[in-house]
Amino acid sequence: MAQFFYHTLAGQIILMLLETLAVLVPLLIGVAYLTLMERKVMAAMQRRRGPNVNGPFGLLQAFADAIKMIMKETVIPAGANRALFLFAPFLTFSLAMLAWAVIPTGNGLAVADINVGILYLLAISSLGVYGILIAGWASNSKYAFLGGLRSAAQMVSYEVSIGLVIVSVLLAVGSLNLNDIVLAQRHVWFCLPMFPMFIVFFISALAETNRAPFDLPEGESELVAGFFVEYSSLAFGLFFLGEYANMILMSGMISILFLGGWLPPLGLAPFTWIPGPLWLIFKILFCLFVFIWIRATFPRFRYDQLMRLGWKVFLPLSLVWMIATAGFLMATGLLPQVGGVN
Amino acid sequence: MLAQLVFYVFAAVLLLSAAMVISVRNPVHAVLFLILAFFNAAGLFLIAGAEFLAMLLVIVYVGAVAVLFLFVVMMLDIDFTQLREGLQRHAPIGICVGGVLFAELIMALSHWTMAPAGVSVPLQAAPGLTNTAALGTLIYTHYVLLFQACGLVLLVAMIGAIVLTLRQTGSGRRQNIEKQHARTPEETLVLVRVPLGENVLEQGGFLRPQTSYYDTAVPGSYGSTGQPAVEKEETGA
Repeated sequence: MAQFFYHTLAGQIILMLLETLAVLVPLLIGVAYLTLMERKVMAAMQRRRGPNVNGPFGLLQAFADAIKMIMKETVIPAGANRALFLFAPFLTFSLAMLAWAVIPTGNGLAVADINVGILYLLAISSLGVYGILIAGWASNSKYAFLGGLRSAAQMVSYEVSIGLVIVSVLLAVGSLNLNDIVLAQRHVWFCLPMFPMFIVFFISALAETNRAPFDLPEGESELVAGFFVEYSSLAFGLFFLGEYANMILMSGMISILFLGGWLPPLGLAPFTWIPGPLWLIFKILFCLFVFIWIRATFPRFRYDQLMRLGWKVFLPLSLVWMIATAGFLMATGLLPQVGGVN
Repeated sequence: MLAQLVFYVFAAVLLLSAAMVISVRNPVHAVLFLILAFFNAAGLFLIAGAEFLAMLLVIVYVGAVAVLFLFVVMMLDIDFTQLREGLQRHAPIGICVGGVLFAELIMALSHWTMAPAGVSVPLQAAPGLTNTAALGTLIYTHYVLLFQACGLVLLVAMIGAIVLTLRQTGSGRRQNIEKQHARTPEETLVLVRVPLGENVLEQGGFLRPQTSYYDTAVPGSYGSTGQPAVEKEETGA
């Protein structure tokens, strides 16, 4: 049996498919229930009940929403570029899924444990802007186009600070492998020594996923619904799922870079009984809760304030922090050596 | 076998999309084909074992440069009939330039000889070194001056771009966040004690101001010219 799976091409392909399914199925269920969690948590924060009719505690609400979305008619605007119009939501959704290939859920437990994992994540998340830009253009609508342009400018701006924050983490790790990044946090999670960068990364993640208070691309009060104003039915559903999958992905990145991935908070007995993947899920859930908490708390930024924050505050701050980190590691001799985990 | 097949697929799609970039009519489609070409080039890097370069190609070119391309091209207002009119007039110049380039290509290629397979020896990195680390040690030790020079060129290009697009906006309103944060209530708020019941007129059970807004408005401001005509008619009726 092991012979078949590990040493024949067909076996390896089957194994790869199974691994992919083992990541994608929980992810899709997670996305479905994240929409419910958001509504429930926001309801609780606003002293409402939230969805409570479909199933116990409204647990079937996610499926009701999905069925409603699938049953609707797909409307394609008259002047739209058909092929690109339908391609955009597909791209957004599949990119959100693709990134999960490298996320380690345990020691070495990733679909693809590659050496440049963090660069892969950065590359995939920087591609996310295309779905939105293409959707905005192909819709042939002013609102959608403005939403798309805003989103592109916003995502490119915040990627810069995300990249610099990642560099400061990598300086302390000495490897681009996500597994090594988690293992480097055995003694202390990076959110403690790099607390300011943790906050910068979190806020940039909000901007990168177009979440409140940076949800200007949607801006329903001025742009109706932004880049997906012309979308309906399943095409809209794919955008929606893509946004939530991106939220989970960003939470996963925050957990891996700053909250110690699958590692328990302390290497002591009661904590080590809980398996690693569960710790990762707890941390992702914590980040998602904060995402929703922020949405329920803060009003939307104005666009010039958003750009100012990205370029004039976060960029210099993360640049200075990066140089300071390198200087500190150099001075104390803690700089990790080539090819080794510290 | 599989690697070869994947190589040919990537190479074929790369060449095809590169040809589409210069042949499709719609400029947005052209940029999208360019992105597809970048992607396939990254795929070729991956097959060659240069995973760091592949990821960098996607991050820098696809994730940043092409986004700005697309950004600009989407906002262009292109009239295709106008483009076709120009074709007739500019055709001779185009043919001349094309002919020169083609002649250069032929001259260059006539002296080109393929090296035999045995001659090209791929550089061997130190064992156990990822190609990220190998590239890093090479760039930051042997080629550090060239690296710094590249950085300077980019810096000059960046400053040039900023200078070219900088516009002196004298009349525009700018927000000074620090100034706003430094304000105190004493500077901006004045509490005025208003005597109750003064300058008020009772009219049909309601208390109304004695003078209308139109009488007290600042001269020259909206409303100081008197009530709008429509409202006057209504009150008259």
